[in-house]
Amino acid sequence: MAKSIAQEFTKGLWEEIPPFRLVLGLCPVLAVTKTVENGIGMGLATTFVLVCSNILVSSLRKVIPGKVRIACFIIIIATFVTVVELVMQAFTYPLFLKLGIFIPLIVVNCVVLGRSEAFAFKNGVVRSLADGLGIGIGFTLALAALGAVRELFGNGTLTIWETPIQIFGPAFQPFTFMVEAPGAFICLGLMLCLMNLVSSK
Amino acid sequence: MGDYILLAISCILINNILLAQFLGNCPFLGTSKKMETAVGMSMAVVFVLVLAGVITWMLNTFILQKFGLEYLRTIAFILVIASLVQFVEMFLKKSIPALYAGLGIFLPLITTNCAVMGACLINVNEEYTFMQALVASFAYAVGFGLALILFAGVRERILLARVPKPLQDTSIALVTAGILSLTFFAFKGMV
Repeated sequence: MAKSIAQEFTKGLWEEIPPFRLVLGLCPVLAVTKTVENGIGMGLATTFVLVCSNILVSSLRKVIPGKVRIACFIIIIATFVTVVELVMQAFTYPLFLKLGIFIPLIVVNCVVLGRSEAFAFKNGVVRSLADGLGIGIGFTLALAALGAVRELFGNGTLTIWETPIQIFGPAFQPFTFMVEAPGAFICLGLMLCLMNLVSSK
Repeated sequence: MGDYILLAISCILINNILLAQFLGNCPFLGTSKKMETAVGMSMAVVFVLVLAGVITWMLNTFILQKFGLEYLRTIAFILVIASLVQFVEMFLKKSIPALYAGLGIFLPLITTNCAVMGACLINVNEEYTFMQALVASFAYAVGFGLALILFAGVRERILLARVPKPLQDTSIALVTAGILSLTFFAFKGMV
């Protein structure tokens, strides 16, 4: 049942889109999606780590002994997270401040570790690259979608590149519940429900 | 003393690690289907988080800050936590096999539980003193346990309810978590 490389890429976009299908890596999904911009930033940072760690893990898979593989994965992932952390601190400082501790926490994002364990350790480099990229972009899309819904109803705006765009005009009463903590859970739950509804047809 | 009590209350209720800070949500949804696993998970987290909080605080203060190595924080912290979890796992396997079997896959997953790593990072970012870090770590862990056990109780009841098909399982669990989070949200006005 070998899938083509294109299929490995596209499965991350719908069939196995991370926070919905694989219920993994929920913490950043819930915490940073107050605005679209934060969601996209977080998604791209995670994608970078996913792709790099997938490539490195799959190219080292014959060298890493099976028993200590998790420890090796974690060190590889932590290295790339540190890279992202330093790069973001240097170039996108406001976003770095907004995402806060959730950037170092990419280390413990189960999506990244899960892909190393379930995919990159068993497959070649090119396939792992496609898989990492697909899952990463899927994750970014999911974060952006959740961020868009929450920001639109919670604030009446959509923020892209640090400029909030008014969507509903000044008369709109923001539904602040959506940008608070409880709104995140309920919004994600309802989006999951919607996705189940669509794919069951 | 009063300061410590205030800190503890704020960490348990107001800044609850699961429902207000969104840390550790994977085990929150994963282990809450049964009360038994929820209790086991909470105990494991209390144990690991307090130890990890204290050790990472010392590591940060006495080694990383002293030698100007703060940029290695992420790697250093995760290594300490991973080895600690391994230790707890070996300890439980030997002394409490029943609990070890009950926790199953979720014990090694504490390594990737962002509640543990997150709490350690918060301790360092807020520049807590040693005692504050100890109290905060313990309080965060208690808050985690409280939310998880409450949630497990609610989820056991949901099993008896008739839930519409697309909403089943994770979806309804998330909505329930949202309502639980709303109750904790009410504590915001307290301090």
